Order: sequence, then C-alpha cells, then structure tokens
Amino acid sequence: MSTNTKILTQEFEYFAPKTLEETLGLLCKYKDKNTKILAGGTDLLVKMKTINLNVDYLINIKDISELNFINTDGGLKIGAAVPLSHIERVGKVKEKYPALYEGIKSMAAIAIRNMATIPGNICNASPAGDTIPPLIVYSAELKLVSKRGERTVQVEDFITGVGKTIIKADELVTQVNIPEINNNSGSAFSKKSRVKADIAKINLAIWLERDGNFCKYCKIVLGSVFIKAVRAKKAEDLLREQIVNDDLFIKVAKKASEEIKPIDDVRSIAEYRTDLAQVMVEDSLKLAWGRAGGEL
Amino acid sequence: MKKIEIEFTINGKKRRLSVKPNDLLINIIRNDLFLTGSKYGCGIGECGACTVLLNGEPVLSCLTLAATVDGKEITTIEGLAIGDELHPMQKAFLKNGAVQCGFCTPGMILTATALLKENPNSTEDEIRDYMRGNLCRCTGYIQIVKAIKSCENNLETS
Repeated sequence: MSTNTKILTQEFEYFAPKTLEETLGLLCKYKDKNTKILAGGTDLLVKMKTINLNVDYLINIKDISELNFINTDGGLKIGAAVPLSHIERVGKVKEKYPALYEGIKSMAAIAIRNMATIPGNICNASPAGDTIPPLIVYSAELKLVSKRGERTVQVEDFITGVGKTIIKADELVTQVNIPEINNNSGSAFSKKSRVKADIAKINLAIWLERDGNFCKYCKIVLGSVFIKAVRAKKAEDLLREQIVNDDLFIKVAKKASEEIKPIDDVRSIAEYRTDLAQVMVEDSLKLAWGRAGGEL
Repeated sequence: MKKIEIEFTINGKKRRLSVKPNDLLINIIRNDLFLTGSKYGCGIGECGACTVLLNGEPVLSCLTLAATVDGKEITTIEGLAIGDELHPMQKAFLKNGAVQCGFCTPGMILTATALLKENPNSTEDEIRDYMRGNLCRCTGYIQIVKAIKSCENNLETS
C-alpha cells in the first residue's frame, strides 16, 4: 500500500494568531482536542501525510513577532519561531556554541533549515534529533507558557521517550535559553549518517571545562542509541576531576559505548552503533579538549 | 472546512486566493496559478524538486501550507528571468549541460541562486554541501556544480 504524499487529505481548522496571548487562548480552548502547533512543519506535515497523524486544530506560530528573536546578551535566548538557518548565521553560535552550530548544520538541507525550528525538533522528540544532544550538554532550558502561568524545564528533563515530552496540552514552548559558557570550556558535535542530509545512525555532543590539565566538569550526550538522547554518566564520572591524557580518553570512550542501549533498525545495527560510539566519543573528546585550549 | 483568504506576491505579481487549510503550496502554485516549473517529487522533504523561494529563502512547497504564505513573497523558477533575458544561473546551467531530464532543475537553480546570495565565493565542497537537499538522478552533479561555480566567477568579474 502506498501513501499519497502529493496532497494532505485530512481536514482541520487553521489559525494564524498574531500574538502570543491569542495563541495561548486557542491552546487553552482546544486543549482537549487534537491540537497541534505549526512552526516549520517539516516533521508535522510529513507525519500528517505518511502516518496519518490526526489533527483537528492547527495553530501557525510562524509569524508571531514575540517568538521571532535571537538575543545574544548573556548566553543565548532564541524565540520559538526562529528557523534553524537564522540561528546558524549568528556569529556567537558558531564561536561559543560549536556543538549546537555543527548539530544544526548537519541537519537535512538548507530548505528544511529555513523552515524548521529548535522547539520543533525537541517537541518531535525523535531519539535522533540533532539539536538535542548539544542543547543538553549546554544545559539549555525551555520556557513553557500557558494561560495558567509559565515554567522553565531543562531540555534534558523535557523528553521522556520516543515522541513523548512533558509538555501539557495548553502549553507552548516560547523560547530556548542557553546559559553563557566560560572561556576554558570546549565542546564538539559528531554525527554519522549514510549521506549528509540523512537522519543520524548515531549523534553525540560533548562539553567539558578545563582547569590546566584537569578536566573539571564534563557532559557526554549520545543520541539515536536509546529511546531518547542520553547522558553517559559513568563515562562522565571517569573523566571528571582527572588529569587528562590519551589513555583516559580511550577509557572514557569505552565506558560510554558500554552504557548506551542501541537497537537494530533501518539505519544501522546495535553492534555497529556501539563500536561507532566509542570511536566518536574519543574523537570528540579530543576535539572538545583542544577547543578548551587543552593539550594532549 | 472554512476557506481562508490569502494575499501574496508571486514572481512580482500580487495574487488573492481562497484556499482550504489543507491545501499545499505546491498544488496551489501548479494547479491554480499554472506555474508548473515547481515539481512534486517525494512529498516528504527529501528531494528538493518543489523548492521555491519564500521571502528570498529556499523552502519546500510540498511541506508548506498555502495558508501560511499570506502576506509573503514567493519566487518560482518562472520568476527568475527578466523578460526574455534568462537569469545568469539559468544561462550557466544551459551552458554547462547541467540539465538532463530537467525535473530537478527548477529547485536546483533556485537553491543555487540562494547560495550565490549567501556566499558568492563558495568552494566546490561548500556548493555540494549547500545543494545536498536537491537530488538529481541524471547528471551525477558534476555539471551542476560546474555551472554554479562558473556563475560565481561570472558574477565576480561582471
């Protein structure tokens, strides 16, 4: 049986609110219905076409000016409607948050990145989402707003499983906040896929803070190896507050590859993912350490 | 489904249309406006054949709801030439034999013009990286990359 992706067969009501207030009102009103937010639509429309994801009410937030901003004072604050391509063009992203920059650049192709958003990537909650490991290593948080009030949640705690998040039906992710990072830290992103525009077989981000030849603190997050992006906490423990050398990086990488629980699927197999994870973690640790000004 | 009134500019002309919420931009452009340059390829954002410029940036019209382009500016392949004078990128594609079956060409050329605007001095690697979402099953990309590269050189010297 083939799917007709030429048209969108399902019927729904469409809203294009001009303000955040109006959007929250709509979300509150239709919270018990199949209501979806349209930002980039690059995942949503594909799902509506191919797996017949049911939508009764669609709220387009693309043109809401309150959600279209990038603020670089003290960290990064990015509005929910900003397309990925606009984020990758901000000098500070490339300079200070290279793992996020590389993660975004690795995604699909320019036309998709001109449409897609970070909150879209996160709320889609694919285990292979490329912005997710970088955002977790940078301790990014999401601002969730509803008629009832607002709260902030760490990206790490936001996703609970494949396609599952803790967002409530009347809530909207309005912005992503990434804290400022200090100068003796370094980070890196790595992804392996069949061709460049593909979804990751495995992706990862690493961030570490250097104090002389000590690694003061680190975060290692791998994607596409579990039901959601996961921190390799035992590997992090091995590295934290240790004198860094080649042997240690090899040990840490080995530990990280033992911690993950990849599966066999259409893109790769568990065995290959495990082997690959070790190599990628080791390479990325070296890269991040170098970027933090460290030597080996 | 309630129809939605939208107004947008396409290839420099203002158009008012009444669309259904689930109408895709690609179908409006091809079936209602008879601009058949933009192609339906995969329908799921893999191939780039449906690429159009939305406010100057390449986007996929098969994953864009027509209702969302209200107030925006769209350029399709039909809007690149000025009268009978082809766009430099169109000339470069012709000159370098970068067109075989022609199905990917409209999307390919539109993406290439955006690359040129963003980075007029791209290396071959940068061209291949930028164009990676536009698939061509005929040329093997060599002539396409050559065309884009030659167009950059032309713009530089002119």
